[in-house]
Amino acid sequence: MPLPADTDVSTPKYLRDKYAIVGVGETTYTRGSGKTTRALGTWALRNAIADAGLKPSDIDGMLSYSGNDSTPSTFMAGDIGARLNFYMDCMGGGSSTEALIGIAIGVMEAGLCNCVAIFRAMNGFSQVRIGGTGARSAAPVNGDMLHNRAYGWQSAGQNFAPTFMRHMYEYGTKPEQVAMVKVVHSEHASNNPKAYYKKRFTVDEVLSSRIICKPLHLLDCCVETDNGTAIIVTRADRAKDLRHKSPLIRGIVGRCSKPRLDMHYQHGPISRVAGYYAKDILWPNAGVGPEDIDAVGAYDAFTFTSMLQLEDYGFCKKGEGGEYVSSGITRLGGRRPQNTSGGHLCEAYTHGMNMVIENVRQLRGDVDDSCPMGPDGKRVHTHDHREGGCRAVKDVEVTANLGWANPATGSAMVMRRGF
Amino acid sequence: MAIRGDYMGMALSIDDLDGENLGYFKHCAEHKFHLQKCDDCALLRYPPTTACPFCASGNATWAPVEGKGEVYSYLEVHHAIQPAFRAKTPYMVLLVQLDTQQGAPTQDDALRVAANLTLPNGEFAPPDVVKSVGIGTRVRMVFSDVSDGLSLPQWTIDETAKQPDKPWRYPQE
Repeated sequence: MPLPADTDVSTPKYLRDKYAIVGVGETTYTRGSGKTTRALGTWALRNAIADAGLKPSDIDGMLSYSGNDSTPSTFMAGDIGARLNFYMDCMGGGSSTEALIGIAIGVMEAGLCNCVAIFRAMNGFSQVRIGGTGARSAAPVNGDMLHNRAYGWQSAGQNFAPTFMRHMYEYGTKPEQVAMVKVVHSEHASNNPKAYYKKRFTVDEVLSSRIICKPLHLLDCCVETDNGTAIIVTRADRAKDLRHKSPLIRGIVGRCSKPRLDMHYQHGPISRVAGYYAKDILWPNAGVGPEDIDAVGAYDAFTFTSMLQLEDYGFCKKGEGGEYVSSGITRLGGRRPQNTSGGHLCEAYTHGMNMVIENVRQLRGDVDDSCPMGPDGKRVHTHDHREGGCRAVKDVEVTANLGWANPATGSAMVMRRGF
Repeated sequence: MAIRGDYMGMALSIDDLDGENLGYFKHCAEHKFHLQKCDDCALLRYPPTTACPFCASGNATWAPVEGKGEVYSYLEVHHAIQPAFRAKTPYMVLLVQLDTQQGAPTQDDALRVAANLTLPNGEFAPPDVVKSVGIGTRVRMVFSDVSDGLSLPQWTIDETAKQPDKPWRYPQE
């Protein structure tokens, strides 16, 4: 779709298309990496730097996020020999990816540095289990946590479940509709050689998998994996000299929240998620709306999280998410494919990074599926999306990433194809 | 004075600097339900906070609140994450909307208090009772005693209340 010209420089909107994601990289997605998070982080960073066509010494800014389960920027920068003019390691999980890209733009705009690498390194299966089992599950419960953890209300799935359940109650959302999120993302994963789970699942398989915490079956929950992921952001004018026609960042909203983050269920409707507020920052900043988006990465820690965000960002009417995700729109070959790598449900759990990486590659036309290589070393995408086939989105111009921390906090980003 | 207790093998504690939670649980230990009431805007709030979420006042007084309400949403755990709860599955966490202060200060606000579904004696409800509870079930507050000076509020079916014919439950049993 055609995009409007740049806007008034007195508004934040003038940053449209001024920054680009010039490199992306990841480790293999495994369970049992046999490596430290430090080693995973530098592996991903080296891949992203090489992907961009940069040298490690070109990186002068570094950002990371974790839940005390990673290694800070200081070690990563030392390991690759980058002298930093700015770095920051913050607490956070989902929704941090887009938020940190926004921070990267902010610090470069403020003149603090020129080229920022963002990484997330985690042994989400073999060390700190992201599903909450293992050492964390038996941690002492202190103070404010007495109001939740003392009731066996602790893991992400348990924490979000009242939102999911109330949505079903208020809108009549059916389990078989929500299961379609997993079905579609698993179809996409089957065309992704990197995906940890490549098997295609059916609605029946999702609904007959064991209940973890109603309304979540095992297959409504994402995979837990070990991996490092990295993204490199710099100014668009600088990106022109680099390896790819890098996707440009149209607009971002970061860690936008519902009221009462101390206990967001105090303020309703509890079936509403942070996208309800974030959409009013994202779309005006990006100068596009949901109807203009060709491919989506909708954070799928759970099937429900993906669906709820699509509603509140306006891809469908509130309450119609169940119909939307089971309509075929979200499939490869559909009007607006989503989570084309398989997302967190199938490819790997990276706290949002892999879905941004995937959209970058989609916009560059170089997703790594099984399509044949052309004489120029680029894949010739067939757009035959059958199992094991192509996963490139046809004619993709504009993408959206919808990042989720919890029902009350989200971040999002719109990117466009580079030129 | 800090409070410590062992609850089903799980260590619970409140630090001596945590005046808000000490205040809340001091009443719970007496099997009383009190919430902070803002001295300036007179609104109640939950969970305990260091200032009023509605007017930012730092002044509040503990006020007795009726422990009655309706299940607003819930989760039903079949695969426990915390070791302490493994023997309790399936267990419910009920998000209960109190009868008190609904729709204030705005239509979207209410006091919603989470706790487990228990029997009147504070013991976890057995599976047949779990299956009878859903959105709309009327409940009343009871307490589970953890140790001297520490009790947890819990929800039990309100035997005296008019119950919905069929509370809403997740469609797959």
